[in-house]
Amino acid sequence: MIAFDDVHKHFHDPDGREIVAVRGLDLVVRTGETHCLIGTSGCGKTTTLRMVNRLDTPSRGRILVGGQNVADADVFELRRNIGYVIQSGGLFPHLTVAENVGIMCALEGWPRARIDARVSELLDLVALQPSEFGARLPSELSGGQQQRVGVARALALDPDYVLMDEPFGALDPITRTQLHAEFGGLLEQVHKTVLLVTHDLGEAFSLGDRVTLMHRGELVQTGTRDDLVSNPATPFVSEFLASFDGGTLDDASR
Amino acid sequence: MMRVVDAAVLLTSMAIASTDATAQGGSIVVGAKNFTESEILAELMAQVIEEYTDLTVERRVNLGGTMICWAALRAGEIDLYPDYTGTGWATILKEPDKITDPLRAFLHVRHRCLDEFDVHWLDPFGFENTYALVMREAAAEELGIRRISDLAAHSGQFATGFSIEFVDRADGYKGLARVYGLDLAPKAIEHGLAYEAIRTGAIDLMDAYSTDGKLLRYRLRVLDDDLDFFPPYDAAPIVRSDTLAAHPEIRSALAKLAFRISNETSQALNFLVESRGLAVPDVSRAFLEREELVDGVRESAADAVQALGEVLANQPVPGGDRVGRPGLLELARERAGQLLQRLLEHLGLTAAAVLLASIVAVPLGIAITTRSRLRRLALGTAGILQTIPSLALLTFMIPFLGMGVKAAIAALFLYALLPIVRNTYTGIAEVDRDLVDAARGIGMRPRQILRRVQLPLAMRTIMAGIRTATVISIGIATLAAFIGVGGLGQPIVQGLYQNDSHLILLGAVPAALLAIAADVGLGRVEELVQPRV
Ligand SMILES: Nc1ncnc2c1ncn2[C@@H]1O[C@H](COP(=O)(O)OP(=O)(O)OP(=O)(O)O)[C@@H](O)[C@H]1O
Ligand SMILES: [Mg+2]
Repeated sequence: MIAFDDVHKHFHDPDGREIVAVRGLDLVVRTGETHCLIGTSGCGKTTTLRMVNRLDTPSRGRILVGGQNVADADVFELRRNIGYVIQSGGLFPHLTVAENVGIMCALEGWPRARIDARVSELLDLVALQPSEFGARLPSELSGGQQQRVGVARALALDPDYVLMDEPFGALDPITRTQLHAEFGGLLEQVHKTVLLVTHDLGEAFSLGDRVTLMHRGELVQTGTRDDLVSNPATPFVSEFLASFDGGTLDDASR
Repeated sequence: MMRVVDAAVLLTSMAIASTDATAQGGSIVVGAKNFTESEILAELMAQVIEEYTDLTVERRVNLGGTMICWAALRAGEIDLYPDYTGTGWATILKEPDKITDPLRAFLHVRHRCLDEFDVHWLDPFGFENTYALVMREAAAEELGIRRISDLAAHSGQFATGFSIEFVDRADGYKGLARVYGLDLAPKAIEHGLAYEAIRTGAIDLMDAYSTDGKLLRYRLRVLDDDLDFFPPYDAAPIVRSDTLAAHPEIRSALAKLAFRISNETSQALNFLVESRGLAVPDVSRAFLEREELVDGVRESAADAVQALGEVLANQPVPGGDRVGRPGLLELARERAGQLLQRLLEHLGLTAAAVLLASIVAVPLGIAITTRSRLRRLALGTAGILQTIPSLALLTFMIPFLGMGVKAAIAALFLYALLPIVRNTYTGIAEVDRDLVDAARGIGMRPRQILRRVQLPLAMRTIMAGIRTATVISIGIATLAAFIGVGGLGQPIVQGLYQNDSHLILLGAVPAALLAIAADVGLGRVEELVQPRV
């Protein structure tokens, strides 16, 4: 379980003016669920995610992961128990696919054979032939393949939690839809607690057990697709849903 | 021609010379600047000290200029070296006014150096290496010109060519024309070419140093500066007080040389070394034997003794230019072994400096990526170091590191720091932020991120910094010759002083080739370390 308790985050712009990125966020991501954060650009999704693995620190409030306040946790242990995937994949360009996936295992001091076995297992999981892709460099992969490697790397140490920041954001709609179907299955299979950021409502509804809509740093509504569609908490929710109507929403969530 | 200064100083020195102390063992170091005359004077001093005392004498010749010799003397790296009163006045003491009276100049310089720096100016050698006007012997004889003031009456009857800087300077032709009332309409001419011009008769009058060996070679008459326009440049040994206190016998040994060397003799000695290619120790020995200042005859100096006799007997030397200058290729072939040695020295200096700089600068570059205060300090300091003229930096090193390889490497090291620190910092700072965040996000520790992600990705930029540092160092290392540590600067510096363009090329071309080779070679290495993206 990931719990946000009255979390605020302020930044300062270069002129010293305050930017409120997240304001008074109360949210519980239930153990084992895939929870999607959605909202317009700049509404604080990425910041919310980065506070979970302490890439950013809340200005106020606290975040509990598995019942423990992240501020009190050993930050490296915390991060090793939380997989992290970002939009571009964040793959190290000078390392091969296998090295990228296995890097944390290697840093943990695993024996060579165990690392190799784990890397193969993970590549199989994300539907990449280890023998074909293991020795390639990230630059020799398509965007979708890079994204799969990013997911495999995030799962390397078998974390209980996974954070994903627009993992499919850079892909074309067809590949994206294909990956949605694949990942829906994958996420169920690995049984992690997943917090996934997107600004594609279709993606949110097709992957997420529940969805949280944010606006200007604040939580607007949390619920299933049906909750949002039939009981919009504010006119903004309806507006936001309407803006996707007839688009990816209908296609993807059907 | 004994001058007032000679007579006055002689009296004082005779009094002191009589207080000779018992000889004692030990060793001292004689230094010399990097031109022939300084080297000959140092060798003469060394040989009389060896003859009249039990001291062992070490020679440190080819030190680059007054400030380096002076710094070396004060730092105890050398114990004595020959210098000139005019240099003491203007360069060492930085006296703002012009002085023309040789005796006053000597006394003043001697007094202040002793008082303020504990350095003794001993009795002068008896000649002056000052600026002078020189004329073709034949033309001077024909017009009956012996003194500069004789020129005014004959203007228009001879052609004048002065070196470019001499024409323009207030203490050059401008002042001279005013004091002597001259109107010579001089052509400005590159000094190195002027000798050729005067030999072929294109000009009859030029400026020169009064003891230049070429005056003999080209049969040139030094005109007497009868109105004392040029500042006095009497040559004299200068010694640190503590050396003199420890070895008082040095004073009486050097007194043997006082007033023994005339302008003509100095010209002849320079001529034998520069134009006849005789060795400095042999020429010096020949002079001492001829003057009966040493006992016995040294076999190796026999040729020099004979040559010196000839030159002094029928001077000016007829057909002085008969000693042909070897061609560049011939010279290169002749000196191939020596050149290789210089090349290796050069490589050694550069490699040591760049290696040390990398060891310091790469960690420093890494450290400043996360510390902005230290970053400003480090980049600022390294930047300032870069602006210090190389020769000045070399000079600063002498008091701390002595004279030689250590000082040279230290100076090169300081220049190499900036490019490496800066590129290390930039290389790391330029690594994509998202990539670093991804590394942090999956739980890598800062050290692991540095080693596995940032350094590999920055390596190409770091290598480029090392390449820049290497190329810069190869260039600057030529200056190391000024503090006598060799390298390819050695022939360059020697060539500059002897006005020999072939010698200069002999150092400059290999240095340039070395720099290009390093640039290309390290460029290759850079390609190899390029992260596979
Ligand atoms: N390091 C930072 N310094 C200053 N302001 C920041 C910083 N990071 C984020 N912000 C600001 O905080 C606000 C929220 O940013 P955040 O990246 O969380 O938005 P987002 O919802 O992820 O947007 P997008 O959908 O475009 O990725 C924005 O106004 C952004 O400009
Ligand atoms: Mg974002």
